[in-house]
Amino acid sequence: MTTAPAKYAHYLADFQSLTEGPGAEAPAWLKSARDNAWTKFAATGFPTARRGNERWKYTNVGPIARTDFGYPLAPAPADGSEGLVPSYQVSGQTVFDLIYVDGVYSPGLSSPALDASGVVAASLAVAAGNDSLDLEGQVGRYAPPDDDGFAALNTAFLRDGAYVNVADDHAEKVVIRISYITSQSEDANHKVTYPRTMIVAGRNTDITVVESYRGPQESVYFTNAVTEISVREGAKLDHYRLLLEGGKAFHVGTSRVIQEKDSSFSSASFALGTTLARNDLEVLLDAPGAYCSLNGLYLTADNQHIDNLISIDHAKPNCTSRLNYKGILDGKSRAVFGGTVMVRRDAQKSDAEQTDKNLILSNSAEVDSKPSLLIYADDVKCSHGATAGHIDADTLFYLRSRGLDLDTASRMLVHAFASEIINTVNLEPLQDYLNTLFAAAIPNKALPIAGLVPSRRAKAAGDK
Amino acid sequence: MATETKKSTPLLSIKGLTASAGDLKILKGIDLDIYPGEVHAIMGPNGSGKSTLTNVLAGRPDYTVTGGEVLFEGQSILGLEPEIRARMGLFLAFQYPLELPGVRAWQFLKAGVDAKRLHNGQEEMSAREFDQMLKAKVAEVQIDPELVRRAVNEGFSGGEKKRNEVLQMAVLDPKLALLDETDSGLDIDALRIVSDGVNLLRSPDKAVVLVTHYQRILNYISPNHVHVLYDGRIVRSGGPELAHELEEKGYDWIKDLVDATV
Repeated sequence: MTTAPAKYAHYLADFQSLTEGPGAEAPAWLKSARDNAWTKFAATGFPTARRGNERWKYTNVGPIARTDFGYPLAPAPADGSEGLVPSYQVSGQTVFDLIYVDGVYSPGLSSPALDASGVVAASLAVAAGNDSLDLEGQVGRYAPPDDDGFAALNTAFLRDGAYVNVADDHAEKVVIRISYITSQSEDANHKVTYPRTMIVAGRNTDITVVESYRGPQESVYFTNAVTEISVREGAKLDHYRLLLEGGKAFHVGTSRVIQEKDSSFSSASFALGTTLARNDLEVLLDAPGAYCSLNGLYLTADNQHIDNLISIDHAKPNCTSRLNYKGILDGKSRAVFGGTVMVRRDAQKSDAEQTDKNLILSNSAEVDSKPSLLIYADDVKCSHGATAGHIDADTLFYLRSRGLDLDTASRMLVHAFASEIINTVNLEPLQDYLNTLFAAAIPNKALPIAGLVPSRRAKAAGDK
Repeated sequence: MATETKKSTPLLSIKGLTASAGDLKILKGIDLDIYPGEVHAIMGPNGSGKSTLTNVLAGRPDYTVTGGEVLFEGQSILGLEPEIRARMGLFLAFQYPLELPGVRAWQFLKAGVDAKRLHNGQEEMSAREFDQMLKAKVAEVQIDPELVRRAVNEGFSGGEKKRNEVLQMAVLDPKLALLDETDSGLDIDALRIVSDGVNLLRSPDKAVVLVTHYQRILNYISPNHVHVLYDGRIVRSGGPELAHELEEKGYDWIKDLVDATV
């Protein structure tokens, strides 16, 4: 009954191994969701730009489709595991850690909450077996397998993941850190994992979720993640997504968010490394008074490619959205930004701003930035903008005139550019951690400078 | 005047300096000696080369020096990077200070102070020592302490930016301060505060060059020498009375004077 085109034969073999092996114990509804998703994937396959597919216009997933990624059925032993838990300490708040190695929940490293007075933060596989949590109605609700081949494949391989549900009116702030780690391969196999995250922020709750993805620097592997988020009435969710994959990794992340009345969703996505990364985020402002702030920071080098496809749907009146992504590009890397803000006919008094700013550190990096507004209501406040440029020569001179050498001044300005996004993080230890990570990732070299073209300078300089 | 006692070596010596921006010749031969303890005012109409002069001295890469020599404490500086000149004790207060979003004043100023100390063979300042020094300077130049906690100049008013330049100057403690129209755009209170800040820097071993379009600031910072720059040359030098003469007669007087001699 399960079939696939020849080119996906190895995915089919893995799918069968999963469904007949460790996946066989899953509840019936989950099995049928997997079968259904497999059928979708077998029919659609990986997306290509050829079919006039705007969503994938600038990103070629050929390297993912061509590589034989194998699904690790048995999890790697979580040895030497100390490096796997997040290294930053959060104090003064209740923290739950969920750690996954090669897609499988690691009970030994995690500190879950399953019945802790209204907080569930647990393995999805465990939660799926608990009927009272009713996952059946939630899995795939906002990220259905019909969306695209990647979401379908993730669902077909749905075995474990993270389930977070904070009950309505739960007063205490909680922090949940979800860490998906791909381990170093013992052999030459290229691993693929399918992390699945579901977050429900109950009515009037205030929670922080940090989703992070990491893996070995030198291995070719693939992370195909899906996250579904529901922010209920009056809830406040701070969501951080840390893409800290290895330099040869592929990552496709699909996140879907739905917001109820007067809810607030503040997110920041951080990306470092990764040969090819896709961050596909859609937020539906589904009731009046919802607010979202979507921030992003990516630093790319070498031949890396990052594609941020962000969409905000103002479906109801009186909602506010802020979209602010920033890129720092070095080497021959390429960044794609597609931002769409849709304001529907009913969504009067919508207030939307979107910007994408890129700082280019080499002469061969490239940005394709496409911010767009689709406005069908008439009483709205919307703006968008995109910029790309080198470090500003006048600013650099200002720093140097205070005694800072060229390298120090350049690095300070690059870090300052990044800090606007890092500063949106509401969790101080995480902010510090990110500052250190990004500061270390800023290349140590002479940077190209804007405005240092003699003919232009003459005009700009004209004595005052 | 006590400060008139000249040492044998000038702090800054400019000889036959010419400079261009692209194909445009701006400085056409400047000669000027500045001795420790002195305050020089350089006045002139728009486009005369005042800003270019201070920027060339500070090493702004937009300009090409086409001739002449500049000695700072006897050492030629025209071949030196701007940061080296800064560490040697030269400071330029910008006419249009830049906003540095994301760069905290504390971090920025400490980097400058440390760079200078390392240049002079000293160790970097401890965070605590720097903190105390910064607090003292903030009080001294009467700047709102809140401004120091923010990103450098970000969202500052014009006057706040100028006052922040004076704070930076006080913290970096230069031997020679070049003030490029620091008085422009200031109301009378801000002008007094900025002037007080500059006067604090006056000492027998330091010097100040005030570039200004207006005589007004010279009521608060009294110069030893006043020079009039016109078309890339110093066309007249004198004492403070020259500033008053300019104020009375306007720059057309200078233009007519120069044009008559050509």
